[in-house]
Amino acid sequence: MNKSLRLIVVLTVTAALSGIILAFLNIYTAPRIELNANKTLSEAVGYVLPEKQTCEVKVIGNVTFYIGKNANGENVGVAFVAEGDGFQSRLRILVGMDPDMTKILKIKVLQQAETPGLGTKIENDPTNKTDALWFHKQFENLPLANQITVVKGKAPDKDKSQIQAITGATISSKAMTDIINAAITTNRALYLKKAK
Amino acid sequence: MANSKVTYTKEFFKGLWDENPILRMVLGTCPTLAVTTSAINGVSMGLAVIFTLVMSSLMISLMRKMIPNEVRIATFIVVIATFVTVADRIIAAFYPEISKSLGPFIPLIVVNCIVLARQEAFASKNPVGRSVIDALGMSIGFTLVLLVMGSFRELIGNGTIFAKQIMPLSFTPWMAVALQPGAFLTLGFMIGIANWINAKGK
Repeated sequence: MNKSLRLIVVLTVTAALSGIILAFLNIYTAPRIELNANKTLSEAVGYVLPEKQTCEVKVIGNVTFYIGKNANGENVGVAFVAEGDGFQSRLRILVGMDPDMTKILKIKVLQQAETPGLGTKIENDPTNKTDALWFHKQFENLPLANQITVVKGKAPDKDKSQIQAITGATISSKAMTDIINAAITTNRALYLKKAK
Repeated sequence: MANSKVTYTKEFFKGLWDENPILRMVLGTCPTLAVTTSAINGVSMGLAVIFTLVMSSLMISLMRKMIPNEVRIATFIVVIATFVTVADRIIAAFYPEISKSLGPFIPLIVVNCIVLARQEAFASKNPVGRSVIDALGMSIGFTLVLLVMGSFRELIGNGTIFAKQIMPLSFTPWMAVALQPGAFLTLGFMIGIANWINAKGK
């Protein structure tokens, strides 16, 4: 066989075989990967809307709202994903709010890749032996009289929507509140106007 | 290196120490530094590399007489990328937690020099059995180093190993060891200790 023809044949056959293998693998794994993603999300929605029994998904503008209903079909809260830049990574946070969007019920960090051991405490803080989830639990039942602000070195005042920053991760803490504030402001306008 | 007088046992054990990819050849340091923030991350990464390296060496060794010299690197990369994608998708489908914590470092095994180096230096010149043994030794050597590094950094940086509390609760974790400087220091000391042991043996 001619030399340059051989180069073409070997590479083409290898690439084609590889393509076939990957195509079959994808048929097999893609549904499972999607299932995992859906499961993670629906578990997260269940977490941030504690009274939810069923969930209605509504897209308003380009935002997806997860509207939780209890057994009687009453609206028990609404959740949405807030997204933005943290200290060194993209943060995706699921925010659960009451139906009138006047206070936060619970939040959950869906995705983050902040500084290990410092910024990652926004999701999970293993150094805090009493409660590893203390940081994002501060958002639970947080009234929204003002924008949420972070405080350092003093006890936060919940009535003024204050939360305590993480030592050594002020930027991550601040970024998280900024992302949540911005998402609440835009989504509240969208949701309360269209949903009613 | 392609010496048929070398026994299979020797072929296997050289990857663990004499030609250990990280400690002796200093290959694949990018994933080594990046993923060893905890023991479980190090071991998961190691397992993915074992799978990729063994399968790639097997394939390349089978194909070694067909691959024209001019396109050998391209062929290696296609074969390696295929197995890395297989590993990545399977981890994402069955172990979503691990997939999340390793992030982009599984796909990046494609450009891990350990894998490519074994194809170029060994699998493309040796019969199948020998190549697989070599790949096993090399990737297990890699995994062991990741395990030791991950455990050490998790222990000092977080007080735990495999998320089990080891240090007394009063121990204040040295955050820096779990961060990037700790990765370089740990690897540096490990290579230093390996060199010291080798020098003493002579």
